[in-house]
Amino acid sequence: MNQEKPQVLAVEAHGLVKVFGENRAVDGVDLIVPQGVIYGVLGPNGAGKSTVINMLATLLNADGGSAKIFGHDVFAHPQVVRQLIGVTGQSATVDELLSATENLTIFGRLLGLSHTAATRRADELLEEFDLQDAARKSLSKFSGGMRRRLDLAASLIVQPPLIFLDEPTTGLDPRTRNQLWETIRRLVRTGSTIVLTTQYLEEADQLADRIALIDHGRVVIEGTPDELKAAAGVTTLHLALTSEEDADSAKQVVEELLGVVAIKTGPMNISAPMTDPDSITDLLITIRNSRLHLAEVSVQKPSLDEVFLALTGTQNIQEGN
Amino acid sequence: MATTQIVPAEKRQLKNHATPTQVLSNSLTMAYRGLLKFRRTPEQFFDVTLQPILFTSMFVVIFGGAIAGNVHNYLPTLIPGILVQTVVTASLVTGVQLREDMDKGVFNRFKSLPIARIAPLAGALLADTVRYAIAVTLTFGMGFLLGWRPEDGISGVIASGLLVIFFAWCISWIFAFFGVTAKSAAGVQGVSILILFPLTFLSNAFVPVATMPHWLRPFVNANPVSLLIGAVRQLASAGTIGHDFWFSLLGALVIVLIFAPLTVRAYMSKA
Repeated sequence: MNQEKPQVLAVEAHGLVKVFGENRAVDGVDLIVPQGVIYGVLGPNGAGKSTVINMLATLLNADGGSAKIFGHDVFAHPQVVRQLIGVTGQSATVDELLSATENLTIFGRLLGLSHTAATRRADELLEEFDLQDAARKSLSKFSGGMRRRLDLAASLIVQPPLIFLDEPTTGLDPRTRNQLWETIRRLVRTGSTIVLTTQYLEEADQLADRIALIDHGRVVIEGTPDELKAAAGVTTLHLALTSEEDADSAKQVVEELLGVVAIKTGPMNISAPMTDPDSITDLLITIRNSRLHLAEVSVQKPSLDEVFLALTGTQNIQEGN
Repeated sequence: MATTQIVPAEKRQLKNHATPTQVLSNSLTMAYRGLLKFRRTPEQFFDVTLQPILFTSMFVVIFGGAIAGNVHNYLPTLIPGILVQTVVTASLVTGVQLREDMDKGVFNRFKSLPIARIAPLAGALLADTVRYAIAVTLTFGMGFLLGWRPEDGISGVIASGLLVIFFAWCISWIFAFFGVTAKSAAGVQGVSILILFPLTFLSNAFVPVATMPHWLRPFVNANPVSLLIGAVRQLASAGTIGHDFWFSLLGALVIVLIFAPLTVRAYMSKA
């Protein structure tokens, strides 16, 4: 028996629309984020990811749709919502002219901490984010990774239950990116909910519990990383033959036996979608009986990359019609 | 690794409006931020340091003989005039700098924080009163160096200086409005100069109103800048508070009452 009360959703958005002139930057986006997860909003440049985040973070008014953060209407009660969120990344940042300590202290004061409390919290965060040595330096001397860490620290002063990270790792080197990933995972362990946008499939795959793939202002597909991969469908069979004649014959065999269209990916290479792994045994026996010589056989599961290309690519073709 | 659990959203005390105390405290924090920034960018003080020194000496030399017969007689007219012109010009720069500041990402963070909406603007404008104070001090200082001796002593000078600073803060809301609505800092400068030139030159700042064409005089006399200059002349020279004082104060307050809400609204609706 489940005695738990149903938890209010961290984010609940329906039919969000934002129009910039002729461009429907966000065109009816639904987003449901339960508490305590990392939610990835994935999409290519200009897909409308940041616009969605900006609307949810009260930085931008919507031209249509509704959005609630922990049950509070974003557009009717923005000031309440602002008390529940932290925003980091492209959308919000830090003051270039001030030092790290000054930045955090000022944000702390603005959030209602006393001078002493704000200074103490700034020191705590700088230590936690490994920035204490650079605390008094001008930000112009900060590396990209240090800036990003400070930026994140600035969003955590009052430990908001929901944190928006707008492309938090864009332009960071792999090591710094991994550090930031670890920080993000740690935040979730303390009970925060994270919504992050990213252009990197790997990042979404590594971090996110659920992913919404956005393209041209619409959610193309939504689900767990595994569900998304499954949705891209098919596993691919790759065959390499030892001669071009063999490759042509093998193509015929594959098409007849599997009932699909095979593609010649090279003079001696064939690829075909494989819906039924069982049929591969028959296929290989037939190839041998036909005296065709195989150089290589491989089976490839779809990567999130292919999901991305398959789904966003389709979208583009549809627009062309 | 610290794993203290955060307070869940449901258990937090939330309110949808900033209290007056919060408005004040947020604005003061933002003003403090402005002052910290000044320390890092001393070039922001060029207009309020060089202009009083250069303009005062130049105008005295150029206009002194023509308008008042000699330099010494021109000083009581010129010093208040140049003071007001310098400070009002400095308040234009407030708008330009606000625009530049707003183009930086940190303003987005201010918008995402649960703070009083007016605070980032009010704070920036408040911090700029420091620049006006510098301009006031330097202009009066130059006046003393050139031989200006107000009859009523220091108290009238200080009072008139405070009046000018307050007036400049009020009028800076006009330029803040342009700062918020314009697309670029250069745009702010362009529009603001169109406002600034008639305000400062169609006034009694440098030449007596009696020498101007008849049709122009009503405007010049009603110009809040003229009223302010008149008030400063009376206060600084004779220590008296006349109609000009009250009317300039009233004009300044009207400007704030119109432009502060307009500016905040434009700031809020802008992405």
